[in-house]
Amino acid sequence: MIGVHTAVLSPVVAAVAQILVLVAALAAVHAPLGAYLARTYTSPNHLRAERLWYRVVRVDPDAEQRWTTYLMSLLGFSLVSVLFLYGLERLQAHLPWSLGLAGFDPAGAWNSAVSFTTNTNWQWYSGEAAAGHLLQMAGFAVQNFVSASVGMAVAIALVRGFARSGTDARIGNFWSDLTRGVVRVLLPLSAVAAVVLMASGVIQNLDPHTALRTVEGASQHVLGGPVASQEAIKDLGTNGGGFFNANSAHPLENPTPLTNLVEIFLLLVIPFTLPRAFGLMVGDRRQGWAILGVMAGLWAASLALTTWAEMAGPGAAPQAAGAAMEGKETRFGLAASALFAVSTTATSTGSVNSMHDSFPAPGGGMLLFNMLLGEVAPGGVGAGLSGMLVLAVVAVFVAGLMVGRTPEYLGKKIGRPEMTIVALYVLTVPALVLVGTAVSVVVEPGLAGVQDPGPHGLSEVLYAFASAANNNGSAFAGLTTGTPFYEVAQGLVMLAGRFVPIALVLALAGRLASQTTVPATSGTLPTHRPLFAGLLAAVAIVVVGLTFIPVLSLGPVVESLS
Amino acid sequence: MAPTTAASDLATLTRHSLAGLRMLLAFTFVTGLAYPLAMTAVGQVAFPWQANGSLVRSDGGPTTSRSDAVGSALVAQGFTGAEYFHPRPSAGEHDTLASGGSNLGPLNPGLVASIEGRKAAVAAAEGVAAADVPPDAVTASASGLDPHISPAYAAIQVARVARERGLSDTDVADLVARHTAGRDLGVLGEPRVNVLELNLALDVADLRP
Repeated sequence: MIGVHTAVLSPVVAAVAQILVLVAALAAVHAPLGAYLARTYTSPNHLRAERLWYRVVRVDPDAEQRWTTYLMSLLGFSLVSVLFLYGLERLQAHLPWSLGLAGFDPAGAWNSAVSFTTNTNWQWYSGEAAAGHLLQMAGFAVQNFVSASVGMAVAIALVRGFARSGTDARIGNFWSDLTRGVVRVLLPLSAVAAVVLMASGVIQNLDPHTALRTVEGASQHVLGGPVASQEAIKDLGTNGGGFFNANSAHPLENPTPLTNLVEIFLLLVIPFTLPRAFGLMVGDRRQGWAILGVMAGLWAASLALTTWAEMAGPGAAPQAAGAAMEGKETRFGLAASALFAVSTTATSTGSVNSMHDSFPAPGGGMLLFNMLLGEVAPGGVGAGLSGMLVLAVVAVFVAGLMVGRTPEYLGKKIGRPEMTIVALYVLTVPALVLVGTAVSVVVEPGLAGVQDPGPHGLSEVLYAFASAANNNGSAFAGLTTGTPFYEVAQGLVMLAGRFVPIALVLALAGRLASQTTVPATSGTLPTHRPLFAGLLAAVAIVVVGLTFIPVLSLGPVVESLS
Repeated sequence: MAPTTAASDLATLTRHSLAGLRMLLAFTFVTGLAYPLAMTAVGQVAFPWQANGSLVRSDGGPTTSRSDAVGSALVAQGFTGAEYFHPRPSAGEHDTLASGGSNLGPLNPGLVASIEGRKAAVAAAEGVAAADVPPDAVTASASGLDPHISPAYAAIQVARVARERGLSDTDVADLVARHTAGRDLGVLGEPRVNVLELNLALDVADLRP
């Protein structure tokens, strides 16, 4: 019609090609980065900078810790992290580079301190209106680095449990793991990513937000802030806390479809690469392939369904508009929004480039399901691999019951103590989600936050607690959570949803490390074959399905059918 | 026995917390100050225009000076004048201090009513059938600051803008084409038109008779 050079490709072909570009990029770095990660956590040598670091902070990086000591270090570090961040938030008004913003109130400060320390990054506040540059840099971004490194450390400790034989429950050194995760992995990769993002238009300065006159004479603020440096680790560390309220939908956080793909790559790259490091560390790369295969299969299935729902656009509002563009950015459109949304909920990231609350019901339900799955496909940095390995233990246990043999995984017998730990792990997060949701929909302060009528209102509350308990941080943001009730309740759920599973994983790691590895026999279930991968995927889905079918039926399922 | 165990546990946790505090302070210095400040230095030297917000002057040219700027090429402005192309609806009225979407659910009756209302308004303003109004014209963006519209939404605004400015449809359509970007790398994202850049180009071209 007019001289616009319209798209050469059909939207579906472009959508598929976009996914293939992402998969190709992830595949290209898989082997080298996997080997690098394994080396990072197994090398006996410290970098010169690390030696200096350990001397300054006065810790011994070479002392092998029992799991209880490892946990104690982790909890001690996280405790001071919560307190330090709480202090920064409360005292913001008195700190430099704070843009004259007030401190957070006690309930809000508690919520955010826990939120960032637990790798959740749930945000009741709006970044551009509530958080100054110093709080963002020295508070939130620091936790973006260290909480991600804590997640990796726990996963590596569990892998060591499988890899080691007959130790007295020694699983590594927390301080060394924490330091190496930041110094050798997160910091260098973030710096590279930040440069790419800056070149593409993500801002990086220390200026305040100041008003200018627009073309038509209105007033609009020019935004300032160290955004690119934070954006990089926000995604790489599967944190998700946006510098601005609109998060990765904000054109100054995610200006182009290319930066969008870079950000999706960042949030998937470590979770999808850790299975490679796992395979290398247990001395059998095929074990890593099996775990990776399950993660990738579940991610791809979720992506296919969500992308279909987005493009079909069922529901009254998308039908009225002609497409599900409410809460979407033009430059991303439907496909790149679905790709981001699936990747952010299947990891524990929770950053968003579109507003999940406005997704057509089957798509929004799928995002919720990704989190309820425990974020194992591929999951948060570290937390995803830990979760998947715990499910693998469940899978060999189920298989053992079927054939009447003592189950074993990677040469470690899965007996009653191991299964007790695993059962507690599997039950913890669902209990937090369901109790939190149930309480919130019967008490007045809980109901007061609900925006949408009918089943979507329940979906909003369920999504909030699924997000908090799984340390995701994304939201059906129609729910108003900037109230003391939600701030305190979500804070408790985030805390328990992070540290109870971590304690259980470390306990499991300690028990496994103290076992002697038994050699495989002809009766041992091979755990690197497609049969086992299929069983593992089925276990993941069945465990979640049985737990959440009732509440999902009342929320997203009813919505999809209406 | 219990009190001594609890006390020794507390002592252990305290010892680890103190080590944790030293660790945290060191991380705060390195990742919370040195890293962002180093990145800021790199950005200010290597990409000063981008790092300062992709600001543009009234003639459409780039600037790093806020006092010379009329806006950011990456941030939507709420154009309402009939001689300008209009952006997408914004849940925050294009206020950069209130970014975000409506977050209304897909079955929300209020959202359906808003969409119907916007569709009727756009159809009337542009003189097209309601069925020809594209989805992005009637839906609030995710950021509320979406700098782009779809080529389809730009296309139905061409006639009005040309009429208001006394230009031919072809001239305006050519300008739209010049400010339309295809998918990145041919497959990423969606084709789009930058509204602020297009409107500045219209003003600058000064094609009025």
